[in-house]
Amino acid sequence: MLNQQQTVAFNGTKEQEAKLMEVIGRYKGTDGALIPVLHEAQEIYGYLPIEVQAIISKNLDVTMAEIYGVVTFYTQFTTQPKGKYKIGVCLGTACYVKGSGDILNKIKEKLGISEGECTPDGKYSIDATRCIGACGLAPVLTVNDDVYGKLTVDDVEGILAKYND
Amino acid sequence: MDFARSTVLVCGGTGCTSSGSQKILEAFETQLAAKGLEKEVKVVQTGCFGLCALGPVVIVYPEGSFYSMVKPEDVEEIVSEHLLKGRIVKRLLYDETVQDENIKSLNEVDFYKKQNRIALRNCGVIDPENIDEYIALDGYRALGKVLTEMTPEGVIEEIKASGLRGRGGGGFPTGIKWMLAAKSPNVIGKYVCCNADEGDPGAFMDRSVLEGDPHAVIEAMAIAAYAINAEQGYIYIRAEYPIAVKRLQIAIEQAREYGLLGQNIFGTDFSFDLEIRLGAGAFVCGEETALMTSIEGMRGEPRPRPPFPAVKGLWEKPTLLNNVETYANIPQIILNGSEWFNSIGTEKSKGTKVFALGGKINNTGLVEVAMGTTLREIVEEIGGGIPGGKKFKAAQTGGPSGGCIPASLMDVPIDYDSLIQIGSMMGSGGLIVMDEDNCMVDIAKFFLEFTVDESCGKCTPCRIGTKRMLEILEKITQGKGTLEDLDRLEALAYNIKETALCGLGQTAPNPVLSTLRYFRDEYEAHVIDKKCPAGVCKALLSYVIVEDKCKGCSLCAKQCPANAIYGEIKSPFRIDPEKCIKCGACVEKCRFNAIVVK
Repeated sequence: MLNQQQTVAFNGTKEQEAKLMEVIGRYKGTDGALIPVLHEAQEIYGYLPIEVQAIISKNLDVTMAEIYGVVTFYTQFTTQPKGKYKIGVCLGTACYVKGSGDILNKIKEKLGISEGECTPDGKYSIDATRCIGACGLAPVLTVNDDVYGKLTVDDVEGILAKYND
Repeated sequence: MDFARSTVLVCGGTGCTSSGSQKILEAFETQLAAKGLEKEVKVVQTGCFGLCALGPVVIVYPEGSFYSMVKPEDVEEIVSEHLLKGRIVKRLLYDETVQDENIKSLNEVDFYKKQNRIALRNCGVIDPENIDEYIALDGYRALGKVLTEMTPEGVIEEIKASGLRGRGGGGFPTGIKWMLAAKSPNVIGKYVCCNADEGDPGAFMDRSVLEGDPHAVIEAMAIAAYAINAEQGYIYIRAEYPIAVKRLQIAIEQAREYGLLGQNIFGTDFSFDLEIRLGAGAFVCGEETALMTSIEGMRGEPRPRPPFPAVKGLWEKPTLLNNVETYANIPQIILNGSEWFNSIGTEKSKGTKVFALGGKINNTGLVEVAMGTTLREIVEEIGGGIPGGKKFKAAQTGGPSGGCIPASLMDVPIDYDSLIQIGSMMGSGGLIVMDEDNCMVDIAKFFLEFTVDESCGKCTPCRIGTKRMLEILEKITQGKGTLEDLDRLEALAYNIKETALCGLGQTAPNPVLSTLRYFRDEYEAHVIDKKCPAGVCKALLSYVIVEDKCKGCSLCAKQCPANAIYGEIKSPFRIDPEKCIKCGACVEKCRFNAIVVK
């Protein structure tokens, strides 16, 4: 995580910054504000590049070192932009014993990227996720907010085909 | 409130929502409106019924018809046949409920018969987004009783007498925890926290309680706050659980509206309010000191204990921290008395435990059984056994901190102490079943990968020790392991157990130790024979074409990316083991099942 290079240039808008300032204003002064602010900032920008961290640092009076430390500690926070379609393959135990590892491999092979990466056209990104709690449907994958369960390796192609625009 | 002649309960737990229950809810609403029944039939979205394998699940009352695997297109039939004409749609009923043309009640079905639902009592029964439904089933009556009839000391005595122990894994007596927190002087504030950072992979009971009965947790936290003299509470919940977060938010707002949170609750001078804090994906934050550091807005690293949270916790103030399921038991103990609770369970583990059944088992889902129920009862009777006629190999409890229980110990009664004795632990209650196709070395490696990934890095034994253990396991699964490696693995495991800073590190070696203890033969097969008996570890497999079955069609040879398959058309082909990269592409293509993996 530490050595990750930013591959996409930051292009945040004025509107996004205004929204972020509103969020910071709302939390400033409350105890333990940093993590809730980061959650909302990631919702606004989709990720937390160094530029966004700098805005938070300046306006919330928290050092950059502390912010960077927190961002890189928690897996939900990402300094890399995600694809238009965020694919998550659950690698919780229930899914794993039912073969979710093979499903992840199939998707990686199909898209030519590894977990944590995004396709160059910005369309797909893959994450190996922690248990999402849908163990009754194992193995499970998610594409943005859609959940697909009781999968076999053969289902992968059909699911990817649905997200082709 | 209008009285409806029928009520349709649609499961809105995560399992059923993922298999499309929202569409079914909408279909019911449109179909009922189309038939003009919207005033006579009430549709309610509830929490989890527990039988996630059969989702989406719909129950129609007063008949109690349990419809399983319902599709949106089935809804019209249920509405026009069952709700309009009173004819139950048998084809959609859960087949266990139909016996010789008769329809059994749900409580007689194997899955529910042995269950005793205390923490889950309202899940799948009430609408979790409606506080009135919770109140109608005695909700907030326990809080009323505590505030108007009991002293804080009396509450703590009652909880102590009940014998309730923490449901998050460690099993510390809840009453004693409350007593310690109550004893700490309240100089400038105390806190009550709820640990809803359910990070164990394969565990989803806390999520189901929060999704199905959020008010029970709020009520219990208020009771705890009264007992220890606190005014502010925090619920720390995983951001991966959006439905639970939303329902909890709704519940807190409703409770405030009704004056059940806020100033002067029930007209007394007791005040209490709650805030939700979202986790951000760090397993270690389930550890109590790390959780509090995370609420404080920092990296969620644990710190040494003592001082214990009861003395110095959140923002250095005395803090009481309990798990979701522990809280869910509290209102029932207050209402029914400690003696009632005490009568359930075993000598040292009282009450019930919720387990998330998953993996290679027919009835995956959520079950709540009395402590002391055996693994066999859970797997074979409630869980309905293993699919595909496969053989049971092991059950994993306690997630990355627990261990694997082999078939020979299936009759051990499950409680805190017996699980520790056999090298596993209760954990938060994930119970993953594995069959003969699962390799135990691979499973141990899976958990170690998890811990290495989730180790916060603060203490050396966990940060470096688990990494070294993983490297040895990788060596073994690649067929490069030696017998000395097994000894080294074991020695390292005991070292980490003794020296790691927090519970995560101290228990991280458990999956390895328990598999070494019960499945040493599998490790030895990997090390000595260079074979993986379950056929999982790729480097140890060999692909062979069975001559009798091969028709010589050459399909496999065309598919092989390494050109490792050779032969002449219409006579048996062969695989060159030197060239074979063990990708398995040939097996998938062969139409005659002529390629086997050994």
